Amino acid sequence: MSTMAFLKRSPWILHYDASSCNGCDIEVLACLTPLYDVERFGIINTGNPKHADILMITGGINEQNREVVRNIYEQMPEPKVVVAIGVCAASGGIFRECYNIVGGVDKVIPVDVYVPGCAARPEMIIDGVVKALAILEERREKMTGAAQTKESARQAAGEST
Amino acid sequence: MTWTWLIGAVLFLILAPIAGGLIAGIDRKITARMQGRVGPPLLQPFYDVGKLFEKERAVVTTAQNFYVLAYLIFIAVSGALFFAGGDLLLVIFAFTLAHVFLVLGAYAVHSPYSHIGAERELIQLMAYEPMIILAAVGLYMVTNSFYVADIAVTTVPAILYLPGVFLGFATILTIKLRKSPFDISTSHHAHQEIVKGITTEFSGSTLAQVEIAHWYENVFLLGFIFLFFAWNPVIGIIAVVVTYLAEIFVDNVTARVRWQAALKSGWLAAVLGIANLAILSYMMLGGV
Amino acid sequence: MQTLLFLILFPILVACLLLFVKRTALRYAVVALSALAIGGASIYLLIRYAFEGAVYFAAPSEAVGLAMVAIEMGLALFIIYMGAKFRNYLAIVLAVIQAALVVYLETTFSGNLHAVNNLFIDQFSIIMALIIGLIGSLIAVYAVRYMETYHHHHPEVRDRQRMFFFVIFAFLAAMFGLVFSNNLMWLFFFWEVTTISSFLLIGYSETEEATRNAFRALVMNLLGGVAFVVALVFLAATETTSGGVDLARVLASGETAVVLIPAVLIGFAGITKAALMPFSSWLLGAMVAPTPVSALLHSSTMVKAGVYILVRFSPVFAGTFAGFSVGLVGAVTFVVASAIAISQSDAKSVLAYSTIANLGLIAACAGVGTYMLVWAAILLIIFHAVAKALLFLGTGAIEHRTGSRNIEDMEGLIVRMPRMAVMMFIGIAGMFLAPFGMLISKWAAIEAFVQVPFGLVFIAILAYGSAVTVFFWAKWMGKLVAVTRNRERVEKGFFEEPWAPLYIITGLVIAAVALFPVISSALIEPYVLGIYGATARLGEANVAIMLLMMALLLILPVSFLLFKRTARHLPAYMGGRTATPDLHFAGSLGLTREAQTRNYYLNEYFGEAKLFRPGAAVCIVLILASWILAGVAL
Repeated sequence: MSTMAFLKRSPWILHYDASSCNGCDIEVLACLTPLYDVERFGIINTGNPKHADILMITGGINEQNREVVRNIYEQMPEPKVVVAIGVCAASGGIFRECYNIVGGVDKVIPVDVYVPGCAARPEMIIDGVVKALAILEERREKMTGAAQTKESARQAAGEST
Repeated sequence: MTWTWLIGAVLFLILAPIAGGLIAGIDRKITARMQGRVGPPLLQPFYDVGKLFEKERAVVTTAQNFYVLAYLIFIAVSGALFFAGGDLLLVIFAFTLAHVFLVLGAYAVHSPYSHIGAERELIQLMAYEPMIILAAVGLYMVTNSFYVADIAVTTVPAILYLPGVFLGFATILTIKLRKSPFDISTSHHAHQEIVKGITTEFSGSTLAQVEIAHWYENVFLLGFIFLFFAWNPVIGIIAVVVTYLAEIFVDNVTARVRWQAALKSGWLAAVLGIANLAILSYMMLGGV
Repeated sequence: MQTLLFLILFPILVACLLLFVKRTALRYAVVALSALAIGGASIYLLIRYAFEGAVYFAAPSEAVGLAMVAIEMGLALFIIYMGAKFRNYLAIVLAVIQAALVVYLETTFSGNLHAVNNLFIDQFSIIMALIIGLIGSLIAVYAVRYMETYHHHHPEVRDRQRMFFFVIFAFLAAMFGLVFSNNLMWLFFFWEVTTISSFLLIGYSETEEATRNAFRALVMNLLGGVAFVVALVFLAATETTSGGVDLARVLASGETAVVLIPAVLIGFAGITKAALMPFSSWLLGAMVAPTPVSALLHSSTMVKAGVYILVRFSPVFAGTFAGFSVGLVGAVTFVVASAIAISQSDAKSVLAYSTIANLGLIAACAGVGTYMLVWAAILLIIFHAVAKALLFLGTGAIEHRTGSRNIEDMEGLIVRMPRMAVMMFIGIAGMFLAPFGMLISKWAAIEAFVQVPFGLVFIAILAYGSAVTVFFWAKWMGKLVAVTRNRERVEKGFFEEPWAPLYIITGLVIAAVALFPVISSALIEPYVLGIYGATARLGEANVAIMLLMMALLLILPVSFLLFKRTARHLPAYMGGRTATPDLHFAGSLGLTREAQTRNYYLNEYFGEAKLFRPGAAVCIVLILASWILAGVAL
């Protein structure tokens, strides 16, 4: 129905530090600085899952925070995407053998985009977000499509009775 | 029976969201430039709100929709009343009613962060209420009318009689525009120690309604500033622009204060207003 | 005149009858039927006299006057007896002084103590009669079942319900007498009856605290009573110029300087009765009484008698420095009591402080006394009476059902007792939100004070006062509407009948807003016009806007139907912690912890200990100033 597609022009981000060494975190924050200024693309770091469209996770998942990651993911309204930043978020990285590390983010929640690197460069992160936007847009279309089919099905049912 | 008042109200209802959104866009652009950034496109606020309407409907409790809708409607109604030339005090009280609905919405979701946001919003309300009433009274003392319609066409340069009131009003304007250093209940920028405060639990179209209400409110506030300079529309518009730029500047150079400081600032601003009015009424008594 | 006499005498008759009724069911029938009769009679009064202006009735004088003096002496003896029993000598001293003054008055000035007409009725009296007749009697109906449950909850309290209902109805009778009396001697008699009635009701539970508070109320009101008699002596002594004890003549007397002194003294009596600072503590102490008593004292009787007399005398106060000073007592009380209300978490305490604040506002309007302010004051009396009655009765019902009247414990009332919560919501909205009543009056008051010399003082006080008012009401409302999950609904099982008075009063709150233009134009404006020759009114456009807002508020709940039920329900954000819907979460060390939300009370800034004394001190100075200014004016 709506073909305006505001979503990709206004992706709001929630950044979660799972168990990063802070290297990737610094790079994520660097994206906000005047040099990269991601607000040019309407990107805002919200800090609140209820407002966010993109969940950005740095670092591998540990036993303590797997529930937390799942919780904030569930709190985000659809459509949403997950971007795993850095090699630790992808697989656990150099920490994967640690006793407390579960592994990459995809052990807990579905991940849509993996941004490699140790640490991931800001350009890579922005590129990852842009990739995520395409997926986000796809989801939105699917969602409105699903809603439309549901609606028309309901109308059809209403007419038949 | 003249219908001009209706035109003002209808124009406000239609144009204020557009103007408010544009102002928000300009605000973000200027803020970005002040920080040495390029900043988002001018129309970014509209993209944001459009996006929020595209999102899934997710609520903590259905009642939150009701309170936020009531907030939006009463903000729009009171703003329309202002631009229809209505009674300034009634406009102010209607705005209070609207804000109480927003606060109730935040209470209704029963969440810790929202709750603190709601309490702080109430403190803000308590901080700015005296000054805004005094501003209305000040304009009355100069123009002899509480009606916006009369104040707007006055030939008296109200600002010359009410410099203290204007300064006090500018102080609480920072609270009302949700700008630093008084953005204690929720903020435009990034993180806050209480997540997003009063709007933490609102998402999707509910959050979009809060945003649109904020646009309506900003246009009303700028209209209020205009009243101080209404005797000369050109100077009036320049003053509105300058005041808003000053607010953006203050927003960018100050850090958030605690609620105690917000409350004290609001109430001290009102003292400034009272002092101004006291001198004014002394002068008027002497003049008569 | 028959209706007037009926309204004064019938409650006394019922009171005597209730002395002999022991069974609750029978008592309920008697009370409900007489409430119907009293309510009906007051409405008849409205229809009969609303359009006639002030009507005076001669009414028998000699015998009644004597009987009143006799009863006054009897009451004085009763106070002396009680004072001796509980070793409260101050009460004895005051009672003796008062009795001695009455005897002095009767013996020395017996020739000057006649009013041409003893009874009268005008629009203001009709309004008061409606408040007493409708709200007072509804509270009485509510009280029957309430007291039954009360004794169930408090087995340690001696069951003196027969005395209780006797006093309640005597109280109503006295209130009717008070607002219908044109003879100030009569008015004083009824005044004293209300003092004694409240004394008996506050002390009902016979605990040490109740007795102490009852005596405090008694002493403070006797102090006012003494001032009242002094005023009467003064009036009687200056009968030719001041008009003696004939209220109409006193008010019409052009000798402002002469009349001002008794007006300030009677105003002082009004200040004590209306519990303005520094006399607020008696009304706060009165909370120990069963809730219907509080409802009665706060909404339709007692304190309303205090502001009634102030508003009656406001034409005398108007334009005088003494009156200005009395008005300032009210204004200071308004802002200080409102501020203290922020720091209170006990619902009854918040209500009490808000009553004190609003009475202060009414007194501020009455003291300055321009026509617009009198208009606003009467409107305040009406709206405050209905909304406050609802809130007190509601609090009582909640306390019985949930076992607490702490506002924090009312969290999620919308889930636990939805109907009750909606009624409380309406009541609170009535206290501070546009377009409900109190706000209309506040608005009118601001517009009126602007036009008064030095009115800026009042405006400044009003501006701060209304800001703090918003804070303490809104946070209470917030507690009510919080949608707490997993809470049991406890509304059912609450005894059935008391809902009826609550529903009716809720209806009255809404009706008062919807009909306020009618109330204003039919009753308040003619009264103000009759006295000042000018009257205030809200512009038609503004009335239309208010009604539009009201309509919006009534329609908006329909929007609940619009919201998709299919919306996904998410738990509240708990910083990423998984939490149960009632905010329990897994804390450290594997312990389950609970997140609780509590309101701000800002004790550091608005605490009782911090504000009460300074407020009281300022008010004492202002009261003394009003006396001195009245003296200087003479």
